[in-house]
Amino acid sequence: MTGRDEWEPEAAELVRPYVITKGRGLPDEEQLSLITLVTVAPEEGQRPTRLSPEEQRLIDMCSAGYLSVAEIAGHTRLPLGVVKILLAALAEGGYLITRSPVRRAALADREILEEVLNGLRAKFG
Amino acid sequence: MVSAPSLGKQDYVRDGASQIPVKILVVGHFAVGKTTFIGSISEIEPLTTEERMTQAAEHVDDLKGVRSKTTTTVAMDFGRLTISDRIVLYLFGTPGQQRFVQMWEDIARGALGALVLVDPERLADSFGVIDLIEQYGLEYAIAVNHFDGTPLRDEAALREALDLLDDTPVVTCDARDEKSSADALTTLVRFLLDRARQEQ
Ligand SMILES: Nc1nc2c(ncn2[C@@H]2O[C@H](COP(=O)(O)OP(=O)(O)O)[C@@H](O)[C@H]2O)c(=O)[nH]1
Ligand SMILES: [Mg+2]
Repeated sequence: MTGRDEWEPEAAELVRPYVITKGRGLPDEEQLSLITLVTVAPEEGQRPTRLSPEEQRLIDMCSAGYLSVAEIAGHTRLPLGVVKILLAALAEGGYLITRSPVRRAALADREILEEVLNGLRAKFG
Repeated sequence: MVSAPSLGKQDYVRDGASQIPVKILVVGHFAVGKTTFIGSISEIEPLTTEERMTQAAEHVDDLKGVRSKTTTTVAMDFGRLTISDRIVLYLFGTPGQQRFVQMWEDIARGALGALVLVDPERLADSFGVIDLIEQYGLEYAIAVNHFDGTPLRDEAALREALDLLDDTPVVTCDARDEKSSADALTTLVRFLLDRARQEQ
């Protein structure tokens, strides 16, 4: 096994992603994980907007409900790193709100697993 | 940007304002049935996302005086299951290559556990991914994706070949079948719950 040879997710390396993300760096995993749920902030319409087409498209996509970061990347077909950077900036700008899975600590693992087990049984018999 | 088809109500997380997102990994080597498995039980059409990974070359390029870079793409696919008003479950499928440390960490962090799909004819191909799962401290169950449909002949031999602990669950499954895939997932979750109870 070649082991740890330091492969890093590429966010702003290629020219086009660099332009799309305005050269910003990757947000950290705590802030925006694959399963962090994202939607538009309630007062979104009022802000003065100077957003890129990509940013506007993400806002549009998130305006009809909640999607996970991974789902947003899947639907837009943008690389995950690029999506994370754009979402982090839009959240910072107050356009989007994020619900992080960190809240999971509020429910014990045991309770979650019990509920998942019951849910699977109810769904699939 | 490639324009995506517009999304319908069913594409969104049902109770996103209140649900806690959790994830379970579906891992295994290439062509073992991960995408098929996720597709058979996901409530959404399975999605794929790609990450471009770069690596600085070992040596500095003398002519340009800069480190050259190698780029590759790693894909993972995933699906979703609404469990209850409080929980939405994501299933992430990944071959889990050792060398993509950063990506693997993103996928593994916070996961409830992992279902390892194995092909009984290619057991050696599963060693790497099982090592990786153990290295990250994830609890797991083995789902033997039985391509020829006959019952697993020798579970003891399989346990020995994969060097499993006695209490690691082993189930057979046909990843194309919803019920069979759901049973395998249920076996994993029941095991994870037992573990969580023991730890209290
Ligand atoms: N007979 C049989 N074929 C399967 C099963 N699971 C997957 N396949 C087939 O095996 C191939 C590889 O499966 P895929 O899900 O793409 O594997 P992945 O690379 O792990 O995502 C596909 O042609 C599937 O239709 C199974 O349980 N039984
Ligand atoms: Mg696949």
